[in-house]
Amino acid sequence: MTEEIIICRDVHKWFGDFHVLRGVTTTVRKGEVVVICGPSGSGKSTFIRTLNRLEEHQRGQIIVDGIELTHDVKNIEAIRREIGMVFQSFNLFPHLTVLQNITLAPIWVRKMRRPEAEALAMQLLERVGIPEQAHKFPGQLSGGQQQRVAIARALAMQPKIMLFDEPTSALDPEMIKEVLDVMRELARSGMTMLVITHEMGFAKEVADRIVFFDEGRIVEENSPEEFFKNPRHERTKLFLSQILHH
Amino acid sequence: MRETAIAVGAGALVLALLPFSTAERLWIAGVALALFVPMGIFGRARSLRLIRWAVGVGWIVLPVIALMLIGGFSPWLPRVETTQWGGLMLTVILAVVGIVASFPLGVLLALGRQSELPLVRWLSILYIEIVRGVPLVTVIFMASLMLPLFLPGDLRIDQALRAMVAFTLFTAAYIAENVRGGLQAIPRGQIEAARALGLHGWLITLFIVLPQALRAVIPANVGQFISLFKDTSLVFVAALLDLFNMGRSILANPDWLGFDREILLFIAFVYFICTYSMAHLSHRLEKILGVGER
Ligand SMILES: Nc1ncnc2c1ncn2[C@@H]1O[C@H](COP(=O)(O)OP(=O)(O)OP(=O)(O)O)[C@@H](O)[C@H]1O
Ligand SMILES: [Mg+2]
Repeated sequence: MTEEIIICRDVHKWFGDFHVLRGVTTTVRKGEVVVICGPSGSGKSTFIRTLNRLEEHQRGQIIVDGIELTHDVKNIEAIRREIGMVFQSFNLFPHLTVLQNITLAPIWVRKMRRPEAEALAMQLLERVGIPEQAHKFPGQLSGGQQQRVAIARALAMQPKIMLFDEPTSALDPEMIKEVLDVMRELARSGMTMLVITHEMGFAKEVADRIVFFDEGRIVEENSPEEFFKNPRHERTKLFLSQILHH
Repeated sequence: MRETAIAVGAGALVLALLPFSTAERLWIAGVALALFVPMGIFGRARSLRLIRWAVGVGWIVLPVIALMLIGGFSPWLPRVETTQWGGLMLTVILAVVGIVASFPLGVLLALGRQSELPLVRWLSILYIEIVRGVPLVTVIFMASLMLPLFLPGDLRIDQALRAMVAFTLFTAAYIAENVRGGLQAIPRGQIEAARALGLHGWLITLFIVLPQALRAVIPANVGQFISLFKDTSLVFVAALLDLFNMGRSILANPDWLGFDREILLFIAFVYFICTYSMAHLSHRLEKILGVGER
């Protein structure tokens, strides 16, 4: 049996009075690629952000790689080292070069030596296909290139899990493919991935499982074939009809 | 060759302005001119790089020389007591010390104001708001007259130092507010991305937040420093004669009766040269650091 790397049990979260996550229970196995979809405002982002504690959950239990997320700062730091995250708006550091963006955390958090970190960074830039951009600043790159740098930056911490929050939503159509290609390759390499995306083609092709969120709950989770062919819930059907017909 | 000669010669000429006897001054000026004017005229002009290099070295070496001359660290010259400081030198020293000291203090106050520790936050806010609510003259006045009342009788801090402290404390509050503006303008995503990478507290402040915030507020901070430079003229309340007040005391001298216009225009010109240089430097700095580049 493959090992369960993320376990969520009845996770709840409130923003003030607003009940965003209403009991999320799921597990993710090592090497699994999970695509999360659902209507806007359903809590998808909030959910994956609780996994590396950018948001705090207030009830329930989250266990990542055997470590439970609590207020213990040590645990949070340990878990953040294991989880890479890629944001919709890239969030590269504009005052640092591409190379510095990638090497910052390995040097200061992993205590890697600079030459080693730079070698690793170049290797990752090679992997995402833009080694020639190493000494430019983020502002000098296209959106697709920036997102690939962001992926390389996250990978430089050698995480066991990668979270993607709509990584292609801010990109022009012609750049979406270059980012999805990198993610495809990453999935094939055996990385555990949680991906929020509306790219249903990508989901069909790469996902092991699709999780459908609505109003802070997981309404349905299934293999891609089943999910698209026989959606069980009305809400899922409606969502699919909306997203597939435009 | 030529540039070096001009640079060194100009430096040597400045020596003549020091408090030597007239004969010594003439000697210095004479030797400097005799040596360097021919070299300046007939020497071969080299690239701009050399000038850059010379200016860079000058920035490091000259303050040290100045310090040695003023402080009497050299064997030949006596120490110049702070009570004798005056004119442009006092203006420049007050401004430079004020700028160098108030900047880090202001940054710390700005960070303190955002601190999660309530005590630090409240103290910072209290400090900033009180200082900003008080006119600069009052601060200098208090530092020069009232501070001694609170200190033990035998502990005496001289006037110039008190003025420096006053300018530093005053300017720091404004720098803090400028920097706070910069801190607040950092998008949340920057901090989230840093956290997600496992960076923590002070590493994020040092590597992500401060560089971006400080870069964004260069114009505001330089504006504050320019104000400081001009406001040094308020030190007369501490019985010190800076550039401006030196001019006023000259005006009060019957020998110079009727030269008001010349003296005031000259002083205004010197202020303008200094502040314009600062503004220019600020523009260069913004360019080099690429403000607005996202
Ligand atoms: N920091 C916050 N404070 C208060 N409310 C928030 C905060 N962040 C998100 N919300 C609210 O929580 C709800 C869920 O937000 P979330 O970003 O998780 O949705 P989402 O499923 O990712 O939607 P989208 O597809 O638009 O990104 C939304 O109604 C949002 O307005
Ligand atoms: Mg979202």
